Amino acid sequence: MSFRERIYFPAILNGMRITFGHLFRRKTTVQYPEVTRQFSDIYRGKHVLKRDDQGRERCTSCGLCAVACPAEAITMVSAERKPGEEHLYREEKYAAVYEINMLRCVFCGDCEEACPKEAIFLTTELVKSEYQRDKFIYGKDQLVEPFDPAKRIDVSKRQTPAVLEFKKDKRYKHNV
Amino acid sequence: MLKVTIDNISIEVEEGTTILNAARKIGGKVVPPAMCYYSKLKGSGGKCRTCLVKVAQSCTKDTRPMSKLVASCSTPVQDGMVVQNLTSPEVIEARKGIVEFLLLNHPLDCPVCDQAGECDLQDLSFGYGMEETATDDERREYPMTDIGENIKLHMNRCILCYRCVYAADQLTDKRLHGVLYRGDVSEISTFINQSVTNEFSGNIIDVCPVGALTDKTFRFKSRVWFLNPMNAHRECTRCSGKVAAWMFGNEIFRITGRKDQFGEVEEFICNECRFEKKDINDWVIDGPRHIKRQSVISANHYEETKKQSLIDPIEGKMHEQK
Repeated sequence: MSFRERIYFPAILNGMRITFGHLFRRKTTVQYPEVTRQFSDIYRGKHVLKRDDQGRERCTSCGLCAVACPAEAITMVSAERKPGEEHLYREEKYAAVYEINMLRCVFCGDCEEACPKEAIFLTTELVKSEYQRDKFIYGKDQLVEPFDPAKRIDVSKRQTPAVLEFKKDKRYKHNV
Repeated sequence: MLKVTIDNISIEVEEGTTILNAARKIGGKVVPPAMCYYSKLKGSGGKCRTCLVKVAQSCTKDTRPMSKLVASCSTPVQDGMVVQNLTSPEVIEARKGIVEFLLLNHPLDCPVCDQAGECDLQDLSFGYGMEETATDDERREYPMTDIGENIKLHMNRCILCYRCVYAADQLTDKRLHGVLYRGDVSEISTFINQSVTNEFSGNIIDVCPVGALTDKTFRFKSRVWFLNPMNAHRECTRCSGKVAAWMFGNEIFRITGRKDQFGEVEEFICNECRFEKKDINDWVIDGPRHIKRQSVISANHYEETKKQSLIDPIEGKMHEQK
């Protein structure tokens, strides 16, 4: 060690210079609940199970999202629609239980890709932190969007104009 | 023995063998798909035209090609016959048309249908199918009916292959259902909603190539790709008792016959085995069934295999892929 290194003092000063220098830099963090960052329109956050224009659930519990899911986060139990429930479910089969384990989910969006009924979408909402692990298993009460048309979740930005144009074809009317 | 060449592969078969069965002896991709022919049912075949092939040379003496595509399930081979299946663009084109015809009235409700994942028509339309249909007409619609206690008939999905009619004729002593009316409006039905109750009647579910006849005890219970098909057997006084049990954990969701590589059941099973024995204690589980790697059912399905790697370490050659 040289004399300069042995007295330590210049090294301490150099360290302090770096530390105090950071005080005057622009902060890289934001005060989260009050300030939020801007999200991309196609950010993949919490899922939503969409209703159709008449407020009926789109999901028919076909299981394609669950088989596409690389994390095996999705489980469902199907049930048959009874007479008189036509205003609730669009097709004769529906998901009686639909659960996504948000701790398992990697938010890859494969479920959205796999869905033949345009029922599941990822949204810009975030999954909230919890104290208990079992609270992260989201059921239909947290996933299905509200019945009230004003409170529906808009996913139109996730679909490119080409996709929206394609869906206008009457052969694909089951997905409108 | 007659020598026949199918897609440049030669094989010797007995006299009276059909082209389809000769192709099945070769196996692999050479085999034409069949929607209505069922080797275990006498008289089946010749209706769906899916198995059309081109005969490039009729026999050794007559080297001219046959003027039209022929249904391979009902055309017997002749000595020196040269058949083209996948090697003929004409056949591929014709088959595309057949798929379009079959889908004219078939609803696209695969997400709801219990047959999805093991449906012959789904495989066929995926393999040959077109994304578009040329017709603007509405599909025919029928109300859903229960035929018998455990069988549901979705007439909308029926492609009129007549397999179930032959099965009921040949397996049961008294057939109670058949095809009513003719042509475009023909439909499978029981006579004045009579129920199908024979103890072998459940086999019409297995022979149905689409989801027109489905098991009511399995209706909407699960999707086939979430289940593990296992070989199982039990002592049964009526049938062989050899079945495929579709399980989720220790729970048996449904029982079917064991289907071979051509989608035909090896042995017909009785209704008691199929519908009533859903407890794991009723069965002796032999082990997982072989599922083709390409099938969606193979997701999370593990089976014992002798093949360690695709390349044989001694021969240095590629194994034949299943």
